[in-house]
Amino acid sequence: MAIEVRIPTILRNLTGDAKVVEGSGATLGELFTDLDSRYPGIGERLVDGGKLRRFINVYLNDEDVRFVGGLEAKLSDGDNVTVLPAVAGGSR
Amino acid sequence: MLRIDRSIYDQIVAHARRDHPDEACGIVAGPAGSDRPERFVEMINAERSPTFYRFDSLEQLKVWREMDDRDEEPVVIYHSHTATEAYPSRTDISYASEPGAHYVLVSTRDPETAELRSYRILDGEVTEEPVEITG
Repeated sequence: MAIEVRIPTILRNLTGDAKVVEGSGATLGELFTDLDSRYPGIGERLVDGGKLRRFINVYLNDEDVRFVGGLEAKLSDGDNVTVLPAVAGGSR
Repeated sequence: MLRIDRSIYDQIVAHARRDHPDEACGIVAGPAGSDRPERFVEMINAERSPTFYRFDSLEQLKVWREMDDRDEEPVVIYHSHTATEAYPSRTDISYASEPGAHYVLVSTRDPETAELRSYRILDGEVTEEPVEITG
């Protein structure tokens, strides 16, 4: 099951500079485990303590995955996943 | 050093003033690799807060995709501090994720004078850089 994953600049050092990689998995969590097996270190940049990292936005076919089940979100062949670093901050 | 056109500088300051007392945020896109901030894009602060900002995740996806299609990158990422100086906070540093971007901060604490400063933030290290206004 091929899922296309778009990788942000900040993580491309882990994918050999690839902007788009392919992975597989029935859920987003499985997809990230699969990616980590081929791009070691990428998993911990995306997931922390069994949850999506706060600093990372993940989109499944243009939906923010936080609203469609997070790491449990179901994937189908041909889905697109986009990873972007959250842009945030504050004066404290 | 950040070189920025007067009209874009003015738009950043005007946005910060307009959203005061909440923090304002946005980007200036430019051709990839050019280091030229050319296209001003105001973003929604999803937090609508005087002490925190976060790009709305869906708006961010749309804007990042537009940049991808146009072969652009975020040359400047800006936000305002409304009661403190224009210097990156610990939160700003922990979230900084674009090593190639100029992080621009505007302070609107003084109603008369806007303070706009620019930084590089790399691996938790902040380096201030000069700002040259052109045009």
